[in-house]
Amino acid sequence: MNITAHARLAAVALAGALALAACGSDSGSTTSTPAASGSTNCVSGALKASGSSAQKNAMAEWINAYQAACGTGTQIDYQANGSGAGIKDFINKQTQFAGSDSPLKEQDKTDADARCATGPAIDIPMVGGAIVLAYNVSGLDKLTLTPDAIAGIFAGTITKWNDPKIVASNTGATLPDATIAQFHRSDSSGTSDNFTKFLAATAPTTWTFGNAKDWKAPGGQGSKGSDGVASSVKATANSIGYMELSFAQDAKLGAAAVDNGAGAIDATSENAAKTIAGATVKGTDNDLALSIDYKAAAGYPIVLVTYQITCQKGGDAATVPLVKAFLTYTSSDAGQAKLGPAGYVPITGDLLTKVRTAVAAIS
Amino acid sequence: MSTQIEHPATPSPTVGIEGSAVRRGDRVFQGLSRTAGIFILVTMAAIAAFLIWKAIPSLQANTANFFTTSEWFPDQKPSVFGIAALTFGTLMTALIAMILAVPVGIGIALFIAHYAPPRLASVLGFVTDLLAAVPSIIFGMWGLQFLTPQMEGLGKWLNDYLGFIPLFRNDSGQYSKSILIASVVLAIMVLPTVSAISREVFVQVPRAHIEAALALGATRWEMVRLSVFPFARPGMISASMLGLGRALGETIAVALILSASYTINWQISEPGGNTFAANIALRWNEAGDVGLSALVASGLVLFVITLVVNMAARLIIARRSEFSGAN
Repeated sequence: MNITAHARLAAVALAGALALAACGSDSGSTTSTPAASGSTNCVSGALKASGSSAQKNAMAEWINAYQAACGTGTQIDYQANGSGAGIKDFINKQTQFAGSDSPLKEQDKTDADARCATGPAIDIPMVGGAIVLAYNVSGLDKLTLTPDAIAGIFAGTITKWNDPKIVASNTGATLPDATIAQFHRSDSSGTSDNFTKFLAATAPTTWTFGNAKDWKAPGGQGSKGSDGVASSVKATANSIGYMELSFAQDAKLGAAAVDNGAGAIDATSENAAKTIAGATVKGTDNDLALSIDYKAAAGYPIVLVTYQITCQKGGDAATVPLVKAFLTYTSSDAGQAKLGPAGYVPITGDLLTKVRTAVAAIS
Repeated sequence: MSTQIEHPATPSPTVGIEGSAVRRGDRVFQGLSRTAGIFILVTMAAIAAFLIWKAIPSLQANTANFFTTSEWFPDQKPSVFGIAALTFGTLMTALIAMILAVPVGIGIALFIAHYAPPRLASVLGFVTDLLAAVPSIIFGMWGLQFLTPQMEGLGKWLNDYLGFIPLFRNDSGQYSKSILIASVVLAIMVLPTVSAISREVFVQVPRAHIEAALALGATRWEMVRLSVFPFARPGMISASMLGLGRALGETIAVALILSASYTINWQISEPGGNTFAANIALRWNEAGDVGLSALVASGLVLFVITLVVNMAARLIIARRSEFSGAN
């Protein structure tokens, strides 16, 4: 695990360097919006945040870059202790913002609003992610799956690689007559939650387990963490598992394209960004809680969005300027440009404009 | 290895410190040791009280039977969770681990104490002690990356030749992430505990017993059977129980290896299984209020299981030592 962690770090660093070299090339971002990057707005002070481990690497990149630009007077600390714990820390005033895999739920929303004294707590989508289906079948370079086939594989109703439902979307490919070794997460995770949300939305007749952080379907094998799933898939022939994009890239595993009815869409950061940009905002005013359209056919549909949860008004007076400055940086073009190379998905389009408006309204 | 050893031959001093010969140092030392003794009792009571206090909210919220349910969804509404599968997995992995580790551990100890030349014995003793110092995550990674592929052959062999026994049958065709693999890793992890303590006891067998047996014409093996084992039996049981404690409570190695499903599956070479400690490690980070409390409740059960196992061991030792022939 240490080895993969180091490899990932190295890959991130390398990818970052490449991205810098390729600066200005089209990376799927179609926006030129206000607050576009210029010099970073520096505020000194110390800031504490905690929450979602899904955005850990993105936060690490941003914090490094922001602190490097602003010098030693600025200290930002992000502890990736899980979304639930992050929200609790925020409500208990131990942190100034929380990272979360999902927007605030009713009870948490009430508590968080109370914590913010004079203003509501808002969800700001900041980091997108793609959940990919990485597979290990020798000789199979390209694999396309329909939502129904994915649901069948993970619900245990499709057990062979040459099942008609898989063959139908892979004309020309040779699929082995082998049992599918299916891997899922054995620990509670937002990745499982978002993946099962997709299955429940797109294949409700095959996937009858709803969505949850804990895996509920019978069969298959559980591994701890996305890195655990990736190494299990890597080590097992004829296997498939779901994980965040960066883990599949680091493990050099092939990722299945998903056909949502309008042809195969490859699992790339750019394609996932289209789905996130097309999400509808279900929150009010500057609360940008999103509702993702998993049936979208134009982009790669299995995505997740992680939020920064903070006070729009009534935050801790001493740290509000730093929270605002830091989130302004993360939502800037420079900040969002760091996401793709690190295996994340940037926020683009109108949604990014809304994010910047919401950040600008923090006071 | 800072573990206590049963010395059945040593009579406990029952004479208190009194009379004119008492010095200040005696009083201070008596006070210190009494404080230490009370401290451990208070700690145990505090742990139990904390677990019970934290577990109550989830037990009240639970809509399923806590003892017979084999599901773990405490944070959903209505809350459903139970420890049946966890209890099964914990006891099963620990039991298989002990079956594998105890004979080998005692064999190592016997070899070091009574067979090996002194120089080899000291090296072997050092190496087994070193095994105890390897962090459990290393065992977990080794089990996952190295042992799992190697165990496929054994799993297939068991299925092919012993498949008529349900325990060894494998209907899934998958041989990784199983209770069997976790048990083998656990066995290796408890090996140093078992062998180090057994060795200490074997070394203490009175010279006179050994020489008497040999003088009567006993072979080396007969000597071991007649004088070493009877003398060391309580110590061997004690060593096994300490090993069992480690096997029951091992967390991260098991969490990495097991597939963590909540089903009771007797076919031990199939993927699946879960233990109390592994479940806590896997669920803690993302658990909600009820979820955390439910995990504490499961921790309380593990605490009780460990307590019962240790008390049973004490009982066995107490009964055995009366007619062990060591005195």
